[in-house]
Amino acid sequence: MNISVRNAEAFEFTPENLKWAAGQLAKYPASRKQSAVMPLLTKAQEQNNGWISVPVMEYIADMLEMPYIRVQEVVTFYTMYRQKPVGKHVIEVCTTTPCWLRGSDDVVAACKDELGIGFGETTADGEFTLLEVECAGACVNAPVIAYKEEYYEDLDNDSTRKFIRAIKNGDIIAPGPQTTDRHKSAPQGGPTTLKEFCATPGGDS
Amino acid sequence: MLADKDRIFTNLYGYQSWQLDAAKKRGDWDNTKDIIEKGVDWIVNEMKSSGLRGRGGAGFPTGLKWSFMPRESDGRPHYLVVNADEGEPGTCKDREIMRHDPHKLLEGCLVAGFGMRAEAAYIYIRGEFVHEANVLDAAIEEAYAAGLIGENACGTGYKFDIYVHRGAGAYICGEETALIESIEGKKGQPRLKPPFPANVGLYGCPTTVNNVESIAVAPTILRRGGAWFAGLGRENNTGTKLFCISGHVNKPCNVEEEMGIPLKELIEKHAGGVRGGWDNLLAIIPGGSSVHMLPKDVCDTVLMDFDSLRDEGSGLGTAAVIVMDKSTDIVRAIARLAAFYHHESCGQCTPCREGTGWMSRIMDRMVTGEAELSEIDLLLDVTKKIEGHTICALGDAAAWPIQGLFRHFRPEVERRILEYKKSRNAA
Repeated sequence: MNISVRNAEAFEFTPENLKWAAGQLAKYPASRKQSAVMPLLTKAQEQNNGWISVPVMEYIADMLEMPYIRVQEVVTFYTMYRQKPVGKHVIEVCTTTPCWLRGSDDVVAACKDELGIGFGETTADGEFTLLEVECAGACVNAPVIAYKEEYYEDLDNDSTRKFIRAIKNGDIIAPGPQTTDRHKSAPQGGPTTLKEFCATPGGDS
Repeated sequence: MLADKDRIFTNLYGYQSWQLDAAKKRGDWDNTKDIIEKGVDWIVNEMKSSGLRGRGGAGFPTGLKWSFMPRESDGRPHYLVVNADEGEPGTCKDREIMRHDPHKLLEGCLVAGFGMRAEAAYIYIRGEFVHEANVLDAAIEEAYAAGLIGENACGTGYKFDIYVHRGAGAYICGEETALIESIEGKKGQPRLKPPFPANVGLYGCPTTVNNVESIAVAPTILRRGGAWFAGLGRENNTGTKLFCISGHVNKPCNVEEEMGIPLKELIEKHAGGVRGGWDNLLAIIPGGSSVHMLPKDVCDTVLMDFDSLRDEGSGLGTAAVIVMDKSTDIVRAIARLAAFYHHESCGQCTPCREGTGWMSRIMDRMVTGEAELSEIDLLLDVTKKIEGHTICALGDAAAWPIQGLFRHFRPEVERRILEYKKSRNAA
């Protein structure tokens, strides 16, 4: 563990998050507090600018009456916990075979070119971090980028560039398919089944 | 083709709202009390007679699995755990259920939970599915507010809670005992079996782990009867199934179809056919990345169900159909999967921890041909040394795609190796 991580700032939940944490603990039997370690770490990471420092781990461990090492084991095991600081915008590109077959190489190239960084790196201004992820589980909408709780799908080189520039400009981009007019995971041009159910308006987008 | 009236997931594409009102109009939560009042034995028997086999990949009969839960409680609570850690490359069906039809899943939790005398269900959803987890949470809130779950679920006097537990990025948590470890707040490393979860599962209590799709189809099966479901597909491979068609097709999509639909028909009817026409097909991985690929001549005729694909040396798995046309660098396609399994190995068993890395490194060199011919047999030997020698099936899953590659495309790898040698000699 490097020095900057050791010397990270002290951490405690905001009152709002503390209340949220109590709600999480209520999901599990009273004698099984440890079960809440994952949701609490996820929330703590959110509050701590996207990464988990040693003070975060110690804080969560104390709250759940867990040995520090057990919390660190969890943090190092699951890939969504980030053990070093990240940029304000974390771009996660899936490159597993189904995305690769549909051109994730082009998406990766567009990201690297637009941001001037490689996988696992953060731009010098601290704005962007680029990460390669394993199968995102949206394979019929490949290739896929995960960004801020949503998936951006059916990407190619151009749409990826547009997507990143939009983030840079602070624009809001609607998640879902980016290059096609298809509806979510239905085939492009409209569903081959369930047409009467698809005609009804009012679906959430 | 399956008739729309026999489709279960009528909001698969999310054209309609996921919310309770809309779900009720689609038939969800329709007199659920009636199902519950028919009793535990009726529910389990109806599920058995439906012939439903688990939709998460292994295909174990769902009703039978429920019947493994102890008949009498010894004081320990029973739990239902729903496996929503969808991450098998190629698979994206549970995501659609959770974001567009969450009430089917919740109602399924209630009837399944009742069928195994559970006091609560935990839905373990992969961490990346944030939107889906939010929808589920909101749907659960709706269900509590409407009295469908909670203290007196659907007015039956049965108390049942449903909780969402979010993962944080680990494919291995799709393995049921790793998933249980993860809910307990630990690293997701699979447990040795026995004891099986039905005896010692979550918190040491009797637990059944089912896939999202298996649970979400249960209310419709119980409403329409096991015989209806069993009448679709063919014997031992009954019902409908969500298929995910990805890769080199003209229109990738998810679709619900009848089990046993010919693979070619599935792709041509719903996914707009193979890019460049059927004759441009190279190979298909029919059931998520963990199963053997099928060469084109098998794809011409094979049916999409458990037994047909098993007979071809492959498997239905999650029914995630990954299509590869003739432009595909097939060696690289499999090398990328090898890298995936290396990344996702939990590190507990030595053959898998060391072997997946070893296989991945050799595969990477075979993409360019930078290898010795003798390394092909070495690599296959490594796959055999991993397969069957690990606690969970991830080792097998890592070995099979590579075995499948060499079963059908060994000459291609040999060609690359010889060509690379030639280019080095020339230089």
